[in-house]
Amino acid sequence: MSANDEISNWELIKNGILKENTIFKLALSLCPAIAVTTKLKDGFFMGLAVVFVQVMVNLTVSAMRKFIHPRIRLPIFMLIISGWVTIVNLLMDALVPDVYKNVGLYIQLIVAFASILARAEMFASKNKVVPSMFDGIGMGLGFLVALIFVSTFREIVGNGSILGYSLFGAKPLLILVLPAGGFFAVGLLMALFNWLYARYGTRGHAG
Amino acid sequence: MGAELTKLFELVISSSLVNNFVFTWFLGLCIYFGVSKKMETAIGMSVTFTAVMMISAAVSWLVFNYIMVPLGIEFLMIIVFIGVVAGLVQGSDTIMRKVSPVLYHKLGIYLALISTNCIILAVPLMNVGNHYNFIESMAFALGSGLGFSLAMIIMASIREKIELADVPAPFRGLPMAFIISGMIALAFTGFSGLITL
Repeated sequence: MSANDEISNWELIKNGILKENTIFKLALSLCPAIAVTTKLKDGFFMGLAVVFVQVMVNLTVSAMRKFIHPRIRLPIFMLIISGWVTIVNLLMDALVPDVYKNVGLYIQLIVAFASILARAEMFASKNKVVPSMFDGIGMGLGFLVALIFVSTFREIVGNGSILGYSLFGAKPLLILVLPAGGFFAVGLLMALFNWLYARYGTRGHAG
Repeated sequence: MGAELTKLFELVISSSLVNNFVFTWFLGLCIYFGVSKKMETAIGMSVTFTAVMMISAAVSWLVFNYIMVPLGIEFLMIIVFIGVVAGLVQGSDTIMRKVSPVLYHKLGIYLALISTNCIILAVPLMNVGNHYNFIESMAFALGSGLGFSLAMIIMASIREKIELADVPAPFRGLPMAFIISGMIALAFTGFSGLITL
């Protein structure tokens, strides 16, 4: 994507959520999408952590873009990302310990997210601070929305509950909360999205 | 000594089969789905991966226990480990290109991909979390590498067959790969309870 001032901030957010949705369209950063989506609460906090890191990384990279020599930019970006991830990691440990117990390892592994580095490289290092912030919000929200989708689906169908409150008094399809079910859930949702895109004519296919 | 060896063996089995990284931790999925389209690339990736995994686990264990603990900077773990992994991958890339151009030609492309793999980073982090000693961390890294290779090879052999099958249009490509992985993961749940550490 080229530096382009006429793209409005709203467009940037929409781009992240729909057109370049990290999980359903680009198929990046899939690990947490399967690992921490058995419960809506875990998925929500994981997504929130990603939004925070993505926005802060985009802001930092964009603010410093004139001082970073192009040849050493990747190590510098990695340093910035891992700095922010460390901060999120310590914050989550302190503020939401019960969620952190489940998602701690995956929070630390946000460092290795291809999508965050990719946005820093493709967008934030070429654009001004404000558009970069909105791009970060958009990409992060896209991830958050996808996680909420998958985890709501899995919690309702697999565990028969929502946010821990029981809905049916039974567990309709227990397999979806088992580890293997994560693959099924994401596979089915991706197919659904493909079908919707094919039917209602938006360009591009996942995968 | 006998008991020690049994423990190490159990660690290898548990990290490769019972707690397989791909099927129970869901790590390294980007590479797992990206590189498992052909058998040949899957094998190349697996070999490179296991080797890098062992080396990076060893180096980061040494760095953590002999540099970070004495200095009291354990909280910088993530930054230091990502640096160690990236440095190692870059280093082995350069060394391989000089020492063995043939091998580099074959496996070089996988090296670059590996630095973005979360398992490579997860193993040192888990070694620290589980307080493994040096030998145990090596066993854990070996098991994880073998488990990942197994997953890649199973997946590649199935995907080569799927190419010929008539898959419904919305499922073509990644969604189908996900469903297949789900089935393999189901099969792998058969190993759970085999070893409890």
